[in-house]
Amino acid sequence: MSDSIRQTINKLGLSREMLYSVGYQATAIMAAFLVGALVLYATGYNPVDAYISMATGAFGDTFGIGQTFTQATPIIFTSLAFLICIKAGLFNIGAEGQFLMGAMGATIVGIYVKGLPWFIHVPLTMIAGMVLGGLWGLIPAVLKTRFEAHEVITTMMLSYVAKDLTSYMVNYPIKASGWVSQTVKIETTAELTRILPPTQLSGAIFVAVLFVILTQFLLRNTVLGYELRAIGLNPTTAENSGININRGIIIAMILGGAFAGLGGACEIMGVHQRFIDGFSPGYGWDGLAVALVGGLHPVGVLLASILFGALRSGGMIVARVIKVPQDLISLLQGLVIVFVAAPMLIRSLLRRRK
Amino acid sequence: MTLAVCMQGITKRFPGVVANDNIAFNVEKGEIHGLLGENGAGKSVLMSILYGLYRQDEGKILIDDVPCDMDSPSTAMKYGIGMVHQHFMLVPSLTVLENIVLGKEKIKNGFLLDYEGMYKEVKEFCEKYRLNVDLDAKIFQIPVGVQQRVEILKALYRGADVLILDEPTAVLTPNESEELFNAVRSLKKEGKTVIFISHKLKEVLTICDRVTVLKHGQVVGTVNVTNATEEKLTDMMVGRKIIYEFDRTETDMHQPVLKAEGLEALNDRDFPALRGLSLEVRSSEILGLAGVEGNGQTELIETLMGLRRLTAGKILLQGKDITQMSPDERIQLGVSHIPEDRYKRGMIRDFTIQENIILGSQRDRFTENGITLDYEKAEDYTEEVIKEYQIQAPGPETKISALSGGNQQRVIVAREFSRDPKLIIAAQPTRGLDVGATEYVRKKLIEMRDKGAAVLLISADLDEIWALSDRIAVIYEGKIVAIREIMKTTEQEIGRYMTGGKNE
Repeated sequence: MSDSIRQTINKLGLSREMLYSVGYQATAIMAAFLVGALVLYATGYNPVDAYISMATGAFGDTFGIGQTFTQATPIIFTSLAFLICIKAGLFNIGAEGQFLMGAMGATIVGIYVKGLPWFIHVPLTMIAGMVLGGLWGLIPAVLKTRFEAHEVITTMMLSYVAKDLTSYMVNYPIKASGWVSQTVKIETTAELTRILPPTQLSGAIFVAVLFVILTQFLLRNTVLGYELRAIGLNPTTAENSGININRGIIIAMILGGAFAGLGGACEIMGVHQRFIDGFSPGYGWDGLAVALVGGLHPVGVLLASILFGALRSGGMIVARVIKVPQDLISLLQGLVIVFVAAPMLIRSLLRRRK
Repeated sequence: MTLAVCMQGITKRFPGVVANDNIAFNVEKGEIHGLLGENGAGKSVLMSILYGLYRQDEGKILIDDVPCDMDSPSTAMKYGIGMVHQHFMLVPSLTVLENIVLGKEKIKNGFLLDYEGMYKEVKEFCEKYRLNVDLDAKIFQIPVGVQQRVEILKALYRGADVLILDEPTAVLTPNESEELFNAVRSLKKEGKTVIFISHKLKEVLTICDRVTVLKHGQVVGTVNVTNATEEKLTDMMVGRKIIYEFDRTETDMHQPVLKAEGLEALNDRDFPALRGLSLEVRSSEILGLAGVEGNGQTELIETLMGLRRLTAGKILLQGKDITQMSPDERIQLGVSHIPEDRYKRGMIRDFTIQENIILGSQRDRFTENGITLDYEKAEDYTEEVIKEYQIQAPGPETKISALSGGNQQRVIVAREFSRDPKLIIAAQPTRGLDVGATEYVRKKLIEMRDKGAAVLLISADLDEIWALSDRIAVIYEGKIVAIREIMKTTEQEIGRYMTGGKNE
């Protein structure tokens, strides 16, 4: 490697390890696309055509780009929710529930708080989402610190509770009239502006990117982030150094829940403008996989979210143009996860055992 | 007479240490042979070589006069060597029987497990060697003492003629130990050979026929227990002491820094580990805490640091009651701690040196506003420390896991000593370190003492206690049984207290 390149790398604050990690992720993604091509070929489609139309569908025009980033936005939030917790050694797999609760909180404040100017109503609605999402993260944290209940079980189960609870809400107490299970629209003062009509892309994407930066800052530059990482890497040493483990667990879970909750809020405020039963195709579950594909780094998470957004939006185009069934596109998504996430998951599990 | 085991000229080197130095070790058929020595004397390494876990650098092994190449535990098992480790290797959710036969299952009709056949065979073993176990119980349901019997049965089922027991009583209650001894005796009656690793003199004298003593990786001698006494064995184990040349003064006049009164606490298995322990450490002194491992040292350290709950008693630091304080508050008041297991409690492997150095001070010295970390300050400071403590490292941003053990320990020592501590709890501070690092850490401890710190030195290595302490306290079964000025005691006296013997 030449000196100038090395200097640039140093200036960017990239370590060799990070470069290795980026290389590893990229190889795995390419491997997934190769196997995907084989499957496409075996089922009678031209993989080259399919991939080209997918790429142009996702990035070839403003509409595609808009859809890609619209799809990426909620995943950015939910993967940050997983990321912040795993850094503190917690497997928060309940982002789906926290996402839905956040969406519900935002919906309620968006509908029933009236007469505020937008610059108050918008942040207030977001905060409502974060509070309810954070609460949904706090419950498993308390169960863990008080009763030693494992967060994998509690966060997952609470996701089903959230799903059914919000479903009940939009079917009964706050159902809009009509036969659809949904609420009425939120006030326009709580909506996020569409920035690329006719796509659904809204200002939420900026909030998402802001939170990527905030998360990186939190982990790298703050005392709290340092303590959370210490807990995640070696709780007994952290404890011995005077770090309060239970406090760390509670803060990390609240933050994770709040991140996912904000994602839910943004999805309501920017995309649907109302809570529709079953509106999330599993953004919370995607978050776990995307965080691993992103190498458990905030910037990696951003890129991986865009990749997944592109797979979703490009996939629709491929299905329409080349008539490749949507299932094969989901398969490609699955392959990326298998190739990247599975060894990563195993590796991070191994590290925790030590 | 044929030798069950004959090890000749065994030498094993690790980076920086010679763990076994030209060792000759002979075990006769059908005897119970004790292998005695302090921690780090080389007992475990020697047995790991016999069991095929390590490869010797030099020397050869003969089993029943046949030269053997022990390249793996499975080879060792083929030659009839079985080993019961200190940490059991059992599957908790399987039954006793399933654990015993695991990997050597009997099959019937080509593919079915022959449960009845295996049950009958193992049951016979149990009766023959008087190892009573409920074969249908699950491992997690049975106490540690019984789990140990399962390990022994496992080795026997695999055809072991020579059984190595690695510190088998370390995890047992006195009653369980008694039962183990009975089992070992019936093994002998049935013609088995047993190698009994221990550092407890009493046990060795009770159970063994002969005993070989190791010290610093060399054989001191092999004796018949019939003409051995505890004093003689202590002499062999401990040998002559080097006492560091520094001013030892009477510390009666010094201010007490740490006062522990009537401490009581439970261990992880909920048995009493501290039973009314009282202790005083004064400024400008090193108080060495001698004792056989497992007599409450770990629990004492943890209660002093606030990591384990006291069931009774109180702790005063410079007259201030800190019994209810969190670890953080104690650290702020000037308690420093070099943990006995540095990987587990002392450092974070995936952190850089710098991140490890600021650990514990991240909230005060390395933040301006309480929110963000001052990385520049941390880096400058770490560079200073690297120089001052002569840490061999490329720079502050190097991961600590990339350093050698000695340098990792220097990082920990640097972190703990640079806080200007009032009380230093140093547990096994030189364990696993090479000579250079050991000297360095010891020198630093004396330096801190001279600056006025109170040092509580917990070490399994009596040499170390002897070399550094002003006073020696002996811990036995969760209590301090003796405190002596170093100049007014002998190794024999301390050794007697360590093994529970009262002063006649």
